[in-house]
Amino acid sequence: MESFTPIAALIGGLMIGSAAALLLWVNGRIAGVSGIAWNLIARPREDSGWRLAFLVGLVLGAVIYRLASGDTLVVTIEASWPVLTLGGVLVGFGTQLSGGCTSGHGVCGIARLSPRSVFATVMFMSTGMATVFVVRHLL
Amino acid sequence: MARMLIALTAGVLFGLGLTISEMINPAKVLAFLDVTGDWDPSLAIVMAGALLIAFPAYRAAMGRARPLLAERFDWPVARDVERRLLAGAMLFGVGWGLVGFCPGPAVASFAFGLAKSFVFVGAMAAGAMVARMLPAERSEPLPASA
Repeated sequence: MESFTPIAALIGGLMIGSAAALLLWVNGRIAGVSGIAWNLIARPREDSGWRLAFLVGLVLGAVIYRLASGDTLVVTIEASWPVLTLGGVLVGFGTQLSGGCTSGHGVCGIARLSPRSVFATVMFMSTGMATVFVVRHLL
Repeated sequence: MARMLIALTAGVLFGLGLTISEMINPAKVLAFLDVTGDWDPSLAIVMAGALLIAFPAYRAAMGRARPLLAERFDWPVARDVERRLLAGAMLFGVGWGLVGFCPGPAVASFAFGLAKSFVFVGAMAAGAMVARMLPAERSEPLPASA
């Protein structure tokens, strides 16, 4: 557990929760990234302004952190190109089918105590853990 | 216009949170999912921190008639725990476990300009659009024992 970073995780989590609270209280919208992104792509003429603004903000927040921290954070994507592509298709297909991802089900849905979201979060967490177990320890 | 600015601000806050907590780094996320390896529980703390704010904020909003700058709350309407939810969540979990990216961090990681981020998001979008083409059949709720 040497890489455990509880303080940074807590601060980051509080900010994510604040973002979800702000979007809900002022705009009445759920901060679920998959829903925001897939609706923006599938229905670009309908209610797209705020969705685009949110996604631009998402990238901008990461840019601001990079600049402010002096580029100390390293992003490591170990997956090979075929695995990366397969994983992307599965994540897109699965989040559309189940109507949410880590933010929509995992944070906003659990905050509403939605049975669907609690169920989905347990399922994608355990399936993700099982997948890593198979890839890292069995294959 | 005000709503666009709020959405932008919420996005920036969200993106900052994902980067500060390092959830934007697939290696960090995979270390959380690797429970039998050198386990890193950070992701659980991130979710707990987010819920510490979101839970009371959502509770409070559920008791209100309307948000500050919109006509109504856009609450999700789906209620049933059905096969689609189960299948979708499991497929998502497999993809998440293969790469370590879920949609939010993958989009935010554009800030790092890595080709793999763009390919992953392109593949995600393609997968989502395929799922949208599935017939919108009314699927049965899962039996309670499932």
